[in-house]
Amino acid sequence: MSGLQLPQDKLIEVYRNMRMIRRFEERVMDEMATGDIPGNTHLYAGEEASAVGVCLHLDEGDYISSTHRGHGHSIAKGVDIDSMMAELFGKASGTCGGKGGSQHIADLRKGMLGANGIVAAGAPITCGAALSAKLLGTRHVAVAFAGDGAMNEGVMSESFNLAKIWMLPIVFVIEDNGFGEATANEHVSAGSFTRRAESFDIPAIEVDGTDVFSVYEAAGQAVARARNGGGPTMLHVHVPRYYGHYSGDPDNYRTPEEKAAMRRERDCLINFRKRVAEVSLLEAAELDAVDRAVDAEIDRAVAAARAAPFPPLSALTTDVYVKYL
Amino acid sequence: MPKKSFRQALNEALHSEMARDPRVIMMGEDLTGGAGANGVKDAWGGPFGVTRGLLDAFGPERIRDTPISEAAFIGAAAGAALTGLRPIAEIMFVDFAGVCLDQIMNQAAKFRYMFGGRAKTPLVIRATYGAGSRSGSQHTQALYPIFTHIPGLKVVIPSNPYDAKGLLLQAIRDDDPVIFLEHKMLYDTVGEVPDASYTIPFGEARVVRDGKDVLIVAIGRMVGVAEEAARQLAADGISACVVDPRTTSPLDEETLLDVAEGIGRIIIVDEANPRCSVATDISALFADKCFDALKAPIKLVTAPHTPVPYAPNLEDVYVPTPDAVAKAARSIVKR
Repeated sequence: MSGLQLPQDKLIEVYRNMRMIRRFEERVMDEMATGDIPGNTHLYAGEEASAVGVCLHLDEGDYISSTHRGHGHSIAKGVDIDSMMAELFGKASGTCGGKGGSQHIADLRKGMLGANGIVAAGAPITCGAALSAKLLGTRHVAVAFAGDGAMNEGVMSESFNLAKIWMLPIVFVIEDNGFGEATANEHVSAGSFTRRAESFDIPAIEVDGTDVFSVYEAAGQAVARARNGGGPTMLHVHVPRYYGHYSGDPDNYRTPEEKAAMRRERDCLINFRKRVAEVSLLEAAELDAVDRAVDAEIDRAVAAARAAPFPPLSALTTDVYVKYL
Repeated sequence: MPKKSFRQALNEALHSEMARDPRVIMMGEDLTGGAGANGVKDAWGGPFGVTRGLLDAFGPERIRDTPISEAAFIGAAAGAALTGLRPIAEIMFVDFAGVCLDQIMNQAAKFRYMFGGRAKTPLVIRATYGAGSRSGSQHTQALYPIFTHIPGLKVVIPSNPYDAKGLLLQAIRDDDPVIFLEHKMLYDTVGEVPDASYTIPFGEARVVRDGKDVLIVAIGRMVGVAEEAARQLAADGISACVVDPRTTSPLDEETLLDVAEGIGRIIIVDEANPRCSVATDISALFADKCFDALKAPIKLVTAPHTPVPYAPNLEDVYVPTPDAVAKAARSIVKR
């Protein structure tokens, strides 16, 4: 089903989720600059249509695993933004009680198996979640998000193989933003990603990740295949990355013109507005109202995160084991 | 009580626990052996015959022969543990953990802490370890110090058939990731093992033999070496106490310190390489917590700081021997 045929409330939800991710990311960038968010983060801005287009097919019992660039996937999977923001501030009210941080946000109640600081590490873990779903007969599916850089990790190919021979209900979503850290994909990747998947007899679909409707459509086929016992699918999603690799990246390997053009021509939010306006599905004013509501929610989340206490020092040594002795 | 081999004891534990709990599954290379070859199934019963008969009893959905892809299937086991199953994954030789260490060290071990206590990972990773089979440097290491070092993992090293069964049952029922290490040279050792299921809690050392002149702490296969040394020493009129920690994480500090304080002379026997090892760790425990009770320097009897050699004469001296342990004991008992 084409995404444009979604009911209006779903269309609003799609836009709202993409907008939420965008504003969350922009706000994190601002708060990083104040020094109140410690460490560094890897921002997802520009890639929103991928997470949202895929996760719209998932329910709470379905699983996703994410990458070091995990905020967008978490939001799209329904993880609460207040607790996510608090987690970034390292506060006790955070998704992981302040012990995870940006690279380890997880919420098992929402089927979010974790952002991951190790490139490609989520792929086999997600195979395991898919195996659980299969053996427990839940009909849930699992989605492994990974970047183009992950495709050159051996464990990615191992996971393709395992997923196929075990016919796991899994979708591999390769978000290709053209860069593994600061190195261009074309500089370090041989052949084509879709052909790599196809060599395992895994169907692969190439998708424009700036158009949420294209992602939605492709992901719909993939998720349905997984849910109906048809095994794995791979989506190769082309997305722009608005910021550098990490929050302090000078990003001097891309020209200002290139970046400006990317934001002008490959913006999933602008694209969405254009698409729905063309067919008169939604008024601009409705979307503007969504923007304002999202801004207010982010403001509240930041204020709450700021005001929240850090974890007690006693938390340092808890949660290592369920029970050690 | 019926006598059984170490191998049988493990096999019995796997059978009984898989029958008791349908969430327990197994995965590993050649768990059965022969899969896909002209309808042959369970030809090997596992590379060491430990998993024989499980396929017949529980079927291929629960007993999964994997490709030779440790990173993928150990990761899948971790993910399955995170989402409602209780997997037992087998790494044929613990040396191969290098291939999948990320999934053990960065993933399974850290889920609970990184996720703020909201995850449990009931995963058992079984692997063989140890020298003595002329298998060369890449199939013979005693890598438990690496796992013991990593918070979030529990490390179990049984030294006899009775413990093997009780500790494995405990490992499968445990809600944390457990590394369960089986010494290849122990598989054929025989001891009394009850038919019924029983568990041995982690972090409870076993006093293998009482004694008053010297304490010998020994791990895994080295427990037998320590017992032999104790018999030699007894002939000389030296009374040696032997203690087997059974798990290196958690470590039963209380029993170790208790016994050490009463004796004051300590030997630690460990097949692992000596640097940053379980032997040095236990030694530091004594130096830190009961220094005043010591009557002599703590002595470590370990492998040298080398890979395991292939040549039989070299491998034989690589592994600590009863003679070496007895010699070390005599050197401090005289003081």
